[in-house]
Amino acid sequence: MKLPAIKGFSLRRLGAIFFKEFVQMRRDRLTFAMMVAVPVMQLFLFGYAINNDPRHMAAAVEIREDGVFTRSFLAGLKNSTYFDIVAVTTNEEDGERMLRSGRAAFLIVVPEGFERRLVRGERPQVLVAADASDPVAAGGAVNAVAQIAQRALARDLEGPLSRLGPAPAPFDVIVHRRYNPAGITAYNIVPGLLGVILTMTLVMITSIALTRESERGTLEALLATPARPVEVMIGKTTPYILVGAVQVALVVALAMALFRIPFYGSVVLFAGAVTLFIFTNLMLGYLISTLARTQMQAMQMTFFVFLPSILLSGFMFPFRAMPGWAQAIGEALPLTHFLRIVRELMLKGADAADIAGDVWPLALILAVLAALALLRYRRTLD
Amino acid sequence: MNGELVIDVRGLTKTFGALKAVDHVDLAVPKGAIYGFLGPNGSGKTTTIRMVCGLLKPNAGEGRVLGFDVVRESARIKERVGYMTQRFSLYEDLSIQENLEFIARLYELDDVDGRVARALDDLGLAARAKSLAGRLSGGWKQRLALAACMIHEPALLLLDEPTAGVDPKARRDFWDQIRRFADEGVTTLVSTHYMDEAVQCDFIAYIAYGKKLLDAPTAEIPKKVGLKAWKMSGPGLARAAEALEASDDVAFTARFGGDLHVVGADAAALARVVQAEAQRIGAHAEPIEAGLEEAFIGLMAQAQDNAVRNGA
Ligand SMILES: Nc1ncnc2c1ncn2[C@@H]1O[C@H](COP(=O)(O)OP(=O)(O)OP(=O)(O)O)[C@@H](O)[C@H]1O
Ligand SMILES: [Mg+2]
Repeated sequence: MKLPAIKGFSLRRLGAIFFKEFVQMRRDRLTFAMMVAVPVMQLFLFGYAINNDPRHMAAAVEIREDGVFTRSFLAGLKNSTYFDIVAVTTNEEDGERMLRSGRAAFLIVVPEGFERRLVRGERPQVLVAADASDPVAAGGAVNAVAQIAQRALARDLEGPLSRLGPAPAPFDVIVHRRYNPAGITAYNIVPGLLGVILTMTLVMITSIALTRESERGTLEALLATPARPVEVMIGKTTPYILVGAVQVALVVALAMALFRIPFYGSVVLFAGAVTLFIFTNLMLGYLISTLARTQMQAMQMTFFVFLPSILLSGFMFPFRAMPGWAQAIGEALPLTHFLRIVRELMLKGADAADIAGDVWPLALILAVLAALALLRYRRTLD
Repeated sequence: MNGELVIDVRGLTKTFGALKAVDHVDLAVPKGAIYGFLGPNGSGKTTTIRMVCGLLKPNAGEGRVLGFDVVRESARIKERVGYMTQRFSLYEDLSIQENLEFIARLYELDDVDGRVARALDDLGLAARAKSLAGRLSGGWKQRLALAACMIHEPALLLLDEPTAGVDPKARRDFWDQIRRFADEGVTTLVSTHYMDEAVQCDFIAYIAYGKKLLDAPTAEIPKKVGLKAWKMSGPGLARAAEALEASDDVAFTARFGGDLHVVGADAAALARVVQAEAQRIGAHAEPIEAGLEEAFIGLMAQAQDNAVRNGA
């Protein structure tokens, strides 16, 4: 099946198809504009709008009794920048309603007799009710509350009261947050976004490579010429490397300029990895175009691939936290490996040996996709 | 003997699900011939042509095209065939020149620029070479498509309704060109619905509902169909036509200008009914030679009968 596909290969025919595809691409201004607009828009959306460590959350405070400690606690909450105190009430119902209606994401309740019982050493309780319908939004701030309280009160618990403060642990734990010490979400998201953008646009654009021809009726004439399947495959996909290259340059430049994303690794390795990934996506799209009968079907299949890529690659959610079967699917997705490579290169300054473990799976996926596409290519109109 | 046949296929059959689109069709097309391929819509002309050039795999059948096996060696056949599709199949978003260049490069031709320039000159499109193919009018698209499928000087032309929508002058030019090619030894299989084109062919194959009903040199077709005809002229012919059509001895009637041609298979019976009717309405009637046109209208009517019988 495969051998006659390679036999009679002609570079001139490949060149003819490449050039024709290139001219069509250049002439399709809207698509070309979208290829540039999509990365920019996504970069802004993900880079600026999304934050996994949210701050300035609206909080309502219900204070049954005012006092020195309570005020220190409130000041501590404000200073932490986690909370914006939108209302202070003494009424139980008011607080509840604000939480339910969504005007406040947090309700902090300082109970009656808090000060008195604190001084007596009775360990009074402060209730923090969080709107945890969005766990990510609630998580960081909830963790912060206990610390804020401790730090705020430490200053007031002096002299004879100091015994009420927490006892230090008998050892010190030193935590280094390596590669992204400030825990900036954009450092994690933006390099990953590069992979997402390439996946989305390149798979989509090549998924209609053949379906568009068959819908417009040009496939019949193309199939009637001596053009070989390999020539069509390579000729029809490679012009879009240019699109990928433009997108990569754009995203990396913007990421470094706007989000100050560091770039520690080798540019050559990066270029190599990106090229491999671009090829893989083009081939994935092309394979879809050999399977789909219409452009509509091609679009649907693109989304069928795109969704798991976003969800299971480690772009949205931590890869190691996923169940085994999801990780297995993730390992088969090109984006998973590309994400690791790019994060390792940009943020960690990895070398060739470090990324090799993700380069070969990517190359393997590419080879499998290309072989499948050649097998699936219909040389007749049947 | 066999070496002279450019297309020599037997029993070509193609089914789409339950539909037998082409049913055991044989074709024997000698070198340099212009072979007309006629038949009503949906009769299987396009499907047959696609099988001949390797675009569809036949479910059954065998044979050779240009000396190559029609099933196994389609890659070799494609190199020497010029196929003009029924639907416009050039790139509308490429210019006229780019389309021609693309095709020329796919066939790995030498002197691409020269060939394209000459093709543009022949077409009379040199001045519009840079405009997009999609902007051409329907007839010009056909002419461009024809030029595109001939740019590699194929030995066999497969033309699927090449002159649909083309004006009469361009059609005549086109047929003159086909004739010139034929004189140089190029073989042509051309499907058409036009009678004035059919008469220009050397041979005609007539296909209906996937079956080849007739295949003969053009001049022999009327005799083969074996229909007798009468010509009537005078007043009240419309009413007469209705009455005659109702008769079992009349195959069909057709208007030719002011005359009415009445056609049937049985000479004596036909003469009887026509003369009776002519007398009744006071029209003039005389027997004539049944031509190609009568023959085909007769074939169409027959094919219709076939379908009814098959369907029942
Ligand atoms: N790809 C296909 N799938 C299913 N049925 C098909 C396909 N191609 C053709 N047919 C059917 O096969 C029959 C023959 O079609 P074909 O196109 O060969 O007819 P044709 O003689 O070229 O007609 P026309 O004069 O209208 O061009 C038709 O009934 C058509 O509906
Ligand atoms: Mg047809």
